[in-house]
Amino acid sequence: MSTTPAVPASTPQTEDTAPTKPRKLSRLEKRAIATKGRLTSPWASLTAVILAALWTIPTIGLLVTSFRPEIDIRRSGWWTVIPGIFTGETEFTLDNYDQALYGSDNLAEVFVNTFVITIPAVVIPITVALLAAYGFAWIEFPGRNLLFVAVFALQVVPIQVTLVPLLTNYNQWGMAGSFWSVWLSHSIFALPLAVFLLHNFMKDIPRSLVEAARVDGAGHVKIFFRVLFPLLVPAIAAFGIFQFLWVWNDLLVGLTFAAPEYRPLTVAIAEMAGSRGGDWHILTAGAFIAMIVPLIVFLLLQRYFVRGMLAGAVKG
Amino acid sequence: MDWLLNPDSATMKIVVMAIAIGLFVLVMSLILFLVDRPKRIPSWVVAIGFVGPALLLIAYGLLRPGLETLYNSFFNRNTTEFVGLANYEQMLTVGTFQKVLLVTAAWVILAPLLSTLIGLVYAVLVDRARFERIAKTLIFIPMAISMVGASIIWGFVYEFRPDQPGVEQIGLLNQVLVWLGLPPQQFLIGEPWNTGFLIAVMIWIQTGFAMTVLAAAIKAIPDDIVEAARLDGLHGLGMFRYITVPSIRPALVVVLTTIAMATLKAFDIVRTMTGGQFGTQIIANEFYTQAFRQNNQGLAAALAVVLFVLVIPIVAYNVRQMRRSEEIR
Repeated sequence: MSTTPAVPASTPQTEDTAPTKPRKLSRLEKRAIATKGRLTSPWASLTAVILAALWTIPTIGLLVTSFRPEIDIRRSGWWTVIPGIFTGETEFTLDNYDQALYGSDNLAEVFVNTFVITIPAVVIPITVALLAAYGFAWIEFPGRNLLFVAVFALQVVPIQVTLVPLLTNYNQWGMAGSFWSVWLSHSIFALPLAVFLLHNFMKDIPRSLVEAARVDGAGHVKIFFRVLFPLLVPAIAAFGIFQFLWVWNDLLVGLTFAAPEYRPLTVAIAEMAGSRGGDWHILTAGAFIAMIVPLIVFLLLQRYFVRGMLAGAVKG
Repeated sequence: MDWLLNPDSATMKIVVMAIAIGLFVLVMSLILFLVDRPKRIPSWVVAIGFVGPALLLIAYGLLRPGLETLYNSFFNRNTTEFVGLANYEQMLTVGTFQKVLLVTAAWVILAPLLSTLIGLVYAVLVDRARFERIAKTLIFIPMAISMVGASIIWGFVYEFRPDQPGVEQIGLLNQVLVWLGLPPQQFLIGEPWNTGFLIAVMIWIQTGFAMTVLAAAIKAIPDDIVEAARLDGLHGLGMFRYITVPSIRPALVVVLTTIAMATLKAFDIVRTMTGGQFGTQIIANEFYTQAFRQNNQGLAAALAVVLFVLVIPIVAYNVRQMRRSEEIR
């Protein structure tokens, strides 16, 4: 695309530096020199800035709008506040949040639902998957490879395939619509990927460590908790964040299994988008209420998330 | 015990959650306690203790329902009468369903290609740049936002106000059109472009993923290769075309297939933004409509099976490419 004009700009710089300098440059220095020319090219920078703006401005628009009075939102675009900020004419308010949280939409309660759904739906699959990953990695038993491949293969099953039979089942057991059915469903759907990822991390731990513990007479449970668990904390954090974001942001499972009084934020917001399409003051505030927790978690723990994603994507 | 199933206040909900976690910990500890008898019991019993819960859950919640859905797809809407392949036939021959397949194909082709392309360009542009970290975070943030949230964000960008004097546009995109002297558009209603505007939301979400994985792959290209190519006179676009892209080919394949699969299964954007109206319906949302609105269980099952069948070639391609790159190594 617009990288083309970058070529002439980078050429003179890189050619000068490489042969004339007597001192050997480090890896990083060489790369820095190589890229420097490219980014100082105005077209490349412009492309990067435009992309960054396209990816940021819509969210900023939502955020700004959610703090504007309802009447202003209906009358003018959110960008019109920008001159007003400097003159102090712009009016901001928390009314939209007040109305979204405690008004007829009662998102405060829905927020609690989302928490109640998410925490067990993260803890349960990770624990179950950790044990299974240990079993697949460090216990010899007949049919081990076949079963592991089967679990791995089930990752690709779209959850749509399972919804109707599961719902019928929950109805028969009298637990349809309850938190229990939502927790169980989320846990099941997370398992194949969780087992696969944690197994990959577990396989990376040196065999000698486990063998040494075994020689010392430690059983599997002891090896798992004393030797492996401490080493796996980063992996668990990575998948934990992954699963947290997945469950918190999920629409399909919540929509299918949760009764209206236990629905999560995504379901409530999606419903509001349908029923009160033009009420942007409520919609923007509601959307931001739904976004704030995953955004905080994500920004604080981004490093773990990226590591987990790379492990999953590159190996998977 | 009704309160366990139907808690009626925020406090009770949290209490029930605590009980659920406690119960779960108790069951798991019991299993571990029972199998933790070193050398007394055969290793396969221990294996059952560790692997059993996961396998049981997967068999109950994925395998069995999957097979049941496959079975149901050969039956009528109440699953009372065997109809053979009629549901599949209906999907392939009836005009409205053919269109659903076509729109789904547009999603599965455009969303992965464009998000990967943009992610790659961006990764190359900001690689080792001064603001690399912040620049990457900005693109990455949409990944933390739910598709429902993203739909609200973009729904607001696409918002349309009738083109009358005294009425100001409040959606950014229409305002841009007005600034350019063009009439405002109803982006989500006009076919076939409305599907394009929905796909844009998916691209907005997935580009961060593509960018991160590809940036890591670019950083992993050995320096001697880059150096050798430079000595041979490769620069800029030539370097990108002949060194960067071939070196990160495996990562490109993974990114493309992962996004394609995610796109195929996702229904959130279509459901939230248009509800599948105005010719934007896709398989995943049609499944939801048939299963829970129209109550046509046979057709819904067939749609879910098609969703699964369409995933298979993507996975197969991924696995084949992975094998090939391992052979090269």
